[in-house]
This record gives sequence, C-alpha cells and structure tokens, in this order.
Amino acid sequence: METFDLSIIWAVIIGFSVIMYVLMDGFDLGLGILFPFAPDEDARDVMMNSVAPVWDGNETWLVLGGAGLLAAFPLVYSIFLPALYIGVFLMLAGLIFRGVAFELRFKSRRNRHWWNRAFSWGSAIAAFAQGVVVGAYIQGFQTEDFVYTGGAFDWLTPFTVVTGLGLMAGYALLGSTWLILKSEGHIQDWAYKITPMLLGIVLVVFAIVSIWTPFVNQVVWERWFGNLRLIWIFPAMALFFAFLVFRSVKQRRESYPFLATIGIYVFTYLGLIVSQWPMIVPPNYTLWDAASAPGSQLFLLIGMLFVIPVILMYTAWTYWVFRGKVRVGEGYH
Amino acid sequence: MELDPLVLSRIQFAFVVSFHAIFPVFTIGLASYIALLQGLFFKTQNPAWDRLALFWTKVFAVVFGMGVVSGVVMSFQFGTNWSNFSLAASNFIGPVLSYEVVTAFFLEAAFLGILLFGRGKVPQGIHLMAATIVAIGTFISAFWILSANSWMHTPAGVELIDNRFHVTSWREAIFNPSFPYRFSHMAIASFITGGFVVAGVSAWFLLRGRDPEANRRALSMCLWLLLFLTPLQAVVGDFHGVNTLEYQPTKVAAIEGHWETATNVPLLLFALPDQEAQENRFAVGIPNLASLILTHSIDGEIPGISEAPPEEQPPVMIVFWAFRVMVGIGLLMIATAFTGLILRRKDRIYENRLFLKTLVGMISLPFIAVLAGWIVTESGRAPWLVYGIMSHADGITPSLTGWMALFTLIGYVLVYAVVFYAGVYYLTRVVRNGMLPAHEHASVDRDADRPKRPLSAAHTPFDDDVDPVRS
Repeated sequence: METFDLSIIWAVIIGFSVIMYVLMDGFDLGLGILFPFAPDEDARDVMMNSVAPVWDGNETWLVLGGAGLLAAFPLVYSIFLPALYIGVFLMLAGLIFRGVAFELRFKSRRNRHWWNRAFSWGSAIAAFAQGVVVGAYIQGFQTEDFVYTGGAFDWLTPFTVVTGLGLMAGYALLGSTWLILKSEGHIQDWAYKITPMLLGIVLVVFAIVSIWTPFVNQVVWERWFGNLRLIWIFPAMALFFAFLVFRSVKQRRESYPFLATIGIYVFTYLGLIVSQWPMIVPPNYTLWDAASAPGSQLFLLIGMLFVIPVILMYTAWTYWVFRGKVRVGEGYH
Repeated sequence: MELDPLVLSRIQFAFVVSFHAIFPVFTIGLASYIALLQGLFFKTQNPAWDRLALFWTKVFAVVFGMGVVSGVVMSFQFGTNWSNFSLAASNFIGPVLSYEVVTAFFLEAAFLGILLFGRGKVPQGIHLMAATIVAIGTFISAFWILSANSWMHTPAGVELIDNRFHVTSWREAIFNPSFPYRFSHMAIASFITGGFVVAGVSAWFLLRGRDPEANRRALSMCLWLLLFLTPLQAVVGDFHGVNTLEYQPTKVAAIEGHWETATNVPLLLFALPDQEAQENRFAVGIPNLASLILTHSIDGEIPGISEAPPEEQPPVMIVFWAFRVMVGIGLLMIATAFTGLILRRKDRIYENRLFLKTLVGMISLPFIAVLAGWIVTESGRAPWLVYGIMSHADGITPSLTGWMALFTLIGYVLVYAVVFYAGVYYLTRVVRNGMLPAHEHASVDRDADRPKRPLSAAHTPFDDDVDPVRS
C-alpha cells in the first residue's frame, strides 16, 4: 500500500532541519565565541544587535529536529541521547545560559559584564558539544538489540575533541563573515582581519578530520576509497568555497564571505551524509531500522507540511525586515 | 551509598517537569484573561481595560519566555533518562508531543507577535483576535501534552508488538479514558491560578493606592470568577477521582490511606502510613465519608492498597499527604472566594486590608496545589510508567549509571536556580513598575521586538542603575 517511502521524506525533513539549525544558530553561536576577543564594547553591542531579531527563531530548528526525531526515527533519539548524556546536558546548559544572558544583557547596565561572560561561555560550550556530536556520529555507537550499551564518555575521544574544536572554529567563521555583512567601520575591519585566520583553522581541522575519519570508521574507509569516485566532488566543492571565502575577503566584498562559508558547510554536510548513508545510527542501523510505524510517520507529516512553510515564510520575512547594517549606538526598534 | 539511577532519574524528571509546569499553568489562565480584557476594551472603549491588558501582557511575555526555556529541556529528558520508554512508546507519544511543538510554532510565528507588539499598530479587532487565538492555542498545547500524559495513565488504542506500542486507533489513544477528566481539572486549575495571581497583584496595588480604578475592576472580576470556579473544581476533581477509582484503584487507595479492601470506609483526615507494616499509625477519620465520596453510597466498597503486591504499590506516605495539601489549599481557596462574596457589601473587598493582604499571601498557593496534585497522580501510579504494562524500571535508559544521573540532577538544579532567580527577580520588577502609561517608561531596550523573544515585550530594565520611572 506504500506508494512512497515515508522514511525518506522524513530523512529529508530532518536533514534539512539539521543544516538549517547549523547554519542559522551557527553564526550567532559563533559571535558568542568571538565575543571576548571583540575590539571594544561598541563592537559587542553591534554583534549582539546583529543577531537579536533572529537568534531565538534560529533555535526553532533544533526543537523541530528533536521532536521530529522522536516521532519519525525514535531509535536515533533513544540511542544518541543516552550515548551523549553528559554532552547533551552541557549543550542544554550552555544554550539556556546564553539565551537568558542574551535577553537580560539588554536590560542591564551594572551587571552587564556577567551577562557578557554567560553569553560567550554558553555559546562556546554549546558549539563544542555540537561538534562532539558530529564526531561521535562519525565514530559510531556501541549498540546491542536496539539499545546503547557503551559507556558514559564514549563520546569524548581525541577524535571528537578535534571535531568539537573544529565546529567551534567553523561557527566562529560563520560569525565573523556574518559580521562583515552586518557591520561597518572598525568593527568590519576587525571581522575582515580575523576571517582568514579562522578559515585557516577550519581548513586544518578539515584536513585532520578527513585523514583521520577512515581510520576511525571502516565503512567510511570503504566508501571513500572504494568504487564510488563521484563522492570526491563534495570535499572538492567545499575547498572551492573555502577559496572563494579567502578571495572575497581579500577583495573586501561584503556578502560573498558569508555566502561562501554557507557553501563550505553545505558540501561538508553532504559529504558527511554520503559517507554514512543509509546508516542513521552507525555502524548498525539504517534509517529504515530506526523508523517509527508508517502510520505514526504519516500522522505527524500532515502537521509538518503545514508548519514548515509557515516557519520558512516567517523566517524569510524576519531576515528581510532586519536587513542592512547595524550601526554603533543604534539597535532595532 | 549506592547511587540508584532509577531513583535519581525520577527525582530529576519530577524536578524538571515541576519547574516547567509552574509557567504554563499560569500562562494558560492568563492568556484567556488578557483576551477577556481586550474584549471588554473593544466593547466598552474604557481605557482601564486597556491599561490592565497592557500590564498583564508584559507579565505574560516574561512568564511565557521562561516556560519556553524550561520546556526545551523537557523534550530531551525522555531520551536521555527514559530511552527504553521513548523507543517503546514513540509511535504514539512522538507525534503527539511533536504536535504540541507544531502548535506552539504556529502561534509564535503569527499571533503571539501581534499580541505582544501589535498594540496601536494593528486595528483593535485584529489585536483582539490575536489575543483570542493565543488563548485558544495555549489550550491546544495543553491538550497534546495532557493527552500523552493521560495515555500513560490509561493506555488505549494501541497494541504491543515486539515491545513497541503500535497505534490501532488514534481517536481512542488520544481521547483515552482519563484524558477528559485530567484536561478539565487542569484547565480549571489554570484559570484558578491565573485568577488568584491577578487578584493578589491587584490587591497589592490597592493596598498601595495605585491605579484604584483599574485594580478594583480586576479584583472584582477575579473574585466572581473564583467564586464560580473553585467549587466547580472540587466537583470536577471528584469526577476525576471516580475515574481513577475505575482505572487505578491502588492510587485511590493510597490517596485514602486504606490498606485493606472494605465497606463503610472512613475519610482519613490524618494518618502516618507505614509502608513496611502495611498499616497506618495515628489514623483520625470521619466514618463512612470516603465510601460516600468515591462510590456515592454510604456503605460502598473501596479496594485497599494490599490488593496490589507490595512491589506494585505506590509510596503511600507521599500520595496520601500530597493529596491532603492539594485539597486543603482547595478548601482554603473556596473559603476565600466566599469571603469575597460576603465582603462585597458596601465594597469592603477593596478596603478591608486583612482580606487584601490575605489575597497577596495566597499568590503562591495555587502553584503549590497544582504541584501537589501532580505529585499525587504521578507518584500514585508508581511503579508504572505506562500503567499496568511498563514499569519505571523497564523504561529507564539501560546505560545510565547512578553518578551520571546525579551529575545532571545537580546540574539542572543549579542551572534552574540561576534562571529562576533572574526570572522571578525580573518579573517582580515588571510588576512593581505597574500600569504606568507607556510614555512614562524609560525603556533601556535597544533591541528588536520579536515574538520568538517574548521577553523583549516587557520593556523593563533589569537592575537599578537605570531609573525605571523617569518622569
């Protein structure tokens, strides 16, 4: 009776939610990471104001992806969360402190430095934890009979620490290129200055992870050095976009660095997906193993088909309303 | 000491969910109140209604924001600590909990923004409509959450295949047997909570002689509402109890503190249940009253706790006393509402300082009553997670160790302590600022007003060095 594969549709929805989250929360987490290094308090104000209208909406995709996982691929939910138990807590604590700091910093003068600290630490911890999740996903999970059987710190290995630091650098790069787009004067100069450095760090981590990954995961090794030569297009495209970032920063173009950074992310993400496909809980379970009952997938799909266009329209509208530069001493009203 | 991940996970879930529940319980009632105020303003054009609506919308914004923050943690708890349950029940609870998220997103994207920031920018009728839809939306959110919860108490519409629940009828699963009672009981509880908070804050303003016209109206409205709802809640609670007697007799036995099945059962007012000895110490009761309440007949038979083997009994002491806290506060609320009716003669409700002070003091009581009620229903189903089918021990994450659970429990307590402190401190400032006309506010906000950031609607500084009342 199945005329189309609901699991594939859901994989697309969740895959889309994840990359939307990474890109959109990525640049505001990145600004949080760069926060302590900003040249002055004016720059910090501009950084915060540049994401103020959008940051909370960005986290929409995290909640949407999480809720969708429980409904559509419950096995992912019930293995990832136990396996990443401590990491999940640190990420949530980071995101909460950061969110509260964001709101109350604006309403505070005397206590502002405390909220500054909470904002940058919260952002850094959340970004690191998310990078670790990526690393843990590449590593795979120890499972038996649909249950996680590994230890409390399987997710914390030298490899995942590298991916954690890598994503921190990657988010910082998204943040700095976003700032190039949204600022001017000495703040923009600063963002131009740090971008090549951040790009350098990202490329180094990119290289380390690429070389290391096949040794961590046998399946990935075979995928990359087997017959499927076409797969190399993804890292090639990612490197091409990295070159674009570098060149456009040199030419001082305002919007290209950010757009090209998005390109790096998209192709790295696609490369990551094809190295594991169709494994969704590596190394043992495919997305069909992890799926919930078709009736349950369908029941929620109906609601999702209504809400996703609404969220996309709302998001696009918000970014449109708050387009343009953010100036010192001036917020949105 | 051996750290038990099961006990620690239950404590953690209870802590996180209790902390979260405080906020929606209040916002659900408050949203309807704001819609009512907007409606009255729309109809009469009396600016007092508008001032009240504006003020309570600010409070709503802050409380709603805190509810969202604490709710995000909830959506991960099922997976981190109860992964076996999540996997087994995902076919039902997955879509149902996700529909709550879908509902919330719809609201935030469209109507919450208009309610929070549209005042004076959109026509009054549209603003009223947005307020009404937000109020309805909070009920739809509660609908999904309570449906999932009720299903765990009275599972229906599913069959168990290979340790996974499969939905055979969405209608039967969503509208499971205890759902209508739990939903009504909770909806009324939200209205009562909102009513007592608004009454208490209005009384606080009246004691200080601030904006008496608007606050008198608010107080009077709330007291009429409470006069009607507090006795109604007792009746609905009774129906809920009778439903529980049918599906979870052991819980009712624990509530009543009756160990043995018997007829002509007394209503115990005081007792110290002893789980080990399976009996009470120091029991004081009113003869035959429990039989009358539960079976509506003076000599009705009520099953005892001992019908269930000791390992399938809930912690009787907790259930017994939490129930008495809830009912005790409920009776106090009814008494307060009726005192208000008596004091209406010659408008003494607005002047009797003792009565006004009592109302201020009662602001926290509905929250305690709601939490006590949840403790009754959740502890009372122990050891069952899905009643009669899956126990807490079956549902827990197998890889979870005691120290992991302890680490996150302490962590969440610390995180929430900071968030709660900052939130309540800020809320107090918003309330103290009161119903000043908008142009007398010195806004320190330089940020964007977005519905995804409800706190931005409060427009109140956080600390003292910026004078909030610069006139």
